[in-house]
Amino acid sequence: MKLRNTLMAVAAVATVFTAGHAVAQQEQYIGLPSYRVGPFGASGAALYGGWIDYMAMINARDGGVNGVTLTWEECETEYNNARGVECYERMKNRGPTGNSVFQPLSTGITYSVLDRVAEDKIPMVTIGYGRTDAADGTVFPWVFPMISTYWNQASAIMNYIGEKEGGMQNLRGKKIGLLYHDSAYGAESHAVMDRLAEMHGFSVVKIAVASPGNEQQAQWLQIRRERPDYVILWGWGVMNPTAIRTASRTGYPVEKIVGVWWSGAEEDVVPAGEAAKGYTAAGFNPAGTDFGVIQDIMSHVYAHNRGNMSDRSRVGSVLYNRGVVHGIITVEAIRTAQEQFGTGRPMTGEEMRWGFENLNIDEARLVALGADGFMPNLQITCEDHEGSGLLKFQQWDGEKWTVVSDWISGDRELVRGMIQESAAAYAAEKGITPRDCSAQ
Amino acid sequence: MTFFLEVLIGGLLSGVLYALVALGFVLIFKASGVFNFAQGAMVFFAALTFVGFTEVLPGWTGLAQGTAGNFWLAFILALSSMIVLGIATERVVLRPLVNQPPITLFMVTIGLTFFIEGVAQGIWGSHVRGLNLGIEDVPVMFLLDNFDMIISQFDLIAAGIALVLFVTLALLFQYTKVGRALRAVADDHQAALSVGIPLKHIWAIVWSVAGFVALIAGLIWGARNGVQFALTFTALKALPVLILGGFTSVPGAIIGGLIIGASEKLAEVYLGPFVGGGIEGWFPYILAMLFLLVRPEGLFGEKHIDRV
Repeated sequence: MKLRNTLMAVAAVATVFTAGHAVAQQEQYIGLPSYRVGPFGASGAALYGGWIDYMAMINARDGGVNGVTLTWEECETEYNNARGVECYERMKNRGPTGNSVFQPLSTGITYSVLDRVAEDKIPMVTIGYGRTDAADGTVFPWVFPMISTYWNQASAIMNYIGEKEGGMQNLRGKKIGLLYHDSAYGAESHAVMDRLAEMHGFSVVKIAVASPGNEQQAQWLQIRRERPDYVILWGWGVMNPTAIRTASRTGYPVEKIVGVWWSGAEEDVVPAGEAAKGYTAAGFNPAGTDFGVIQDIMSHVYAHNRGNMSDRSRVGSVLYNRGVVHGIITVEAIRTAQEQFGTGRPMTGEEMRWGFENLNIDEARLVALGADGFMPNLQITCEDHEGSGLLKFQQWDGEKWTVVSDWISGDRELVRGMIQESAAAYAAEKGITPRDCSAQ
Repeated sequence: MTFFLEVLIGGLLSGVLYALVALGFVLIFKASGVFNFAQGAMVFFAALTFVGFTEVLPGWTGLAQGTAGNFWLAFILALSSMIVLGIATERVVLRPLVNQPPITLFMVTIGLTFFIEGVAQGIWGSHVRGLNLGIEDVPVMFLLDNFDMIISQFDLIAAGIALVLFVTLALLFQYTKVGRALRAVADDHQAALSVGIPLKHIWAIVWSVAGFVALIAGLIWGARNGVQFALTFTALKALPVLILGGFTSVPGAIIGGLIIGASEKLAEVYLGPFVGGGIEGWFPYILAMLFLLVRPEGLFGEKHIDRV
């Protein structure tokens, strides 16, 4: 099934090159730097599967976006930076307008192509990963770390814990363990956690886990010694189930562990078995198939055996649904750009950038998309490329995730200040003059 | 003191599991002088094949997942797959390369790694699976109640299984005809051939036994962390064990595993906080490197003397 769909996608791309000019003009090319093999292949298959299924559904149900068919091509990165750059270069001139958006789903690849996307005028969308201060659109006009940055996530998690404790004032004197992946990704949380600790009077014990994190006995014995009130799990890949299992065997209550959104998928809890029952994690999209958008995918794609997932039971999983969120945001940006620059033709990278920067997915639009409760509303502006900052928390009951909170925001004022501070330092270092958004 | 003991014992138990992976390397190196880069991939392949069979068997035989029948049939099928893989490796990969330089054989195992990883995911898919061996991963209550010490019941049982395997293989090498033939082949391919030892059979046997060891390691590590691609990384834990214990010694693998397991945990807990933590990934390699300076052949490795 997967092979057949890949062949179909390749055939669709081949058509772009071989068919006449008039036909080619009706297709919007999207290069997908995916990873389906290697250490993170399991996650990549679900993420890109959901995204592709959404685009296939738009083509099948609506005939594309205002008559423009979506075409896509996958390029395997194996979550490797060098391969990611190679894929970027390979795909940037493909399709009638060149690649119109680059979304690598890897922080490492994001950093590797940061300068290139500005030079080539291709917007880079990093939903829930990448460089946090790129949320400042005045300094990073081509990068869109949408929905929520890591800093906002750390703050939202503390707000969630505060809520559980009966208010932020009750965090005073508490001890928070931060078990993090020993990498740039894991260290992203440090600055904001320190600032929050100072503000609210709690202490943070930071404990690093060497990659890949398949052995954590020493770390959890340290946690047992420190006895933190909560542990924030800032992991990725095998580090997550290992953390949950080791917590259980060292007697740390799983209900007191709160994972980040890269620690909150089925891939993180299923291998941990019974130990994961009661574990909570953040996310900007819940799991489940009871959403209109997923039902549309089922009826327009899977009912015709055109789905991208070889294992259909993974449709509706956290990462699959996150892939669908990527699809929704991409398609809505195309639609927004078309409204500005003209329907019935593919958008260029520059036009797409405008589409992303003027994206407004409000409650009414979410309802129309069948995505009410599926993702938070999102409004991007010239200054703010994050646009939402809202998260939900889900708890694993051994079989499925259940949403246990409403949309929760981080301390937007604090985080925004830190983002602007960091972006200004970057601009000074690189000699960038920030854009004047009032003139846009 | 209790905390120190907890860390030490936990480390020793982890070390036994590292040694289990290292054992696969030792077996192949002893018999063929090949450093089998694909051992981690074999662990992944074995565990994934086992779990894959447990999933498809209910449809084929009606034996529901979680039943003893399903488990043992899947085990036999996975073991058979590992034996087929071992024999195929000998036929297709090693046989044409008899008497080639060791670096050639090493390089071919790198290629084999990618092949095995790709085939495993191609057949069974890449998604992460849980694996329940029916051994509860909870603290031993006696130790917790009486000494306030947390030692994992799962790790204790896993270490016991590994030790039984070590003893069996050590006896096999020391006291059987096949074992003596294995050692002769390891010493000199051509000399072994000249005295009538069937080199090809020996290699096929060794690769199959290494496949069996990979299956046991895969099941234990898979039950601990899930059956996923990251199982290939267990090989990274085995390398310093091999450097320390020697590439040709089963007891060396055990002792090396214990030293690496205990020292990395103690270093993480007591040195880690001074250098930012997360040191157990590289600390064993530093330790192994320092050890190499003193004893290049490892603790129990064979000293290599060349006549000039």
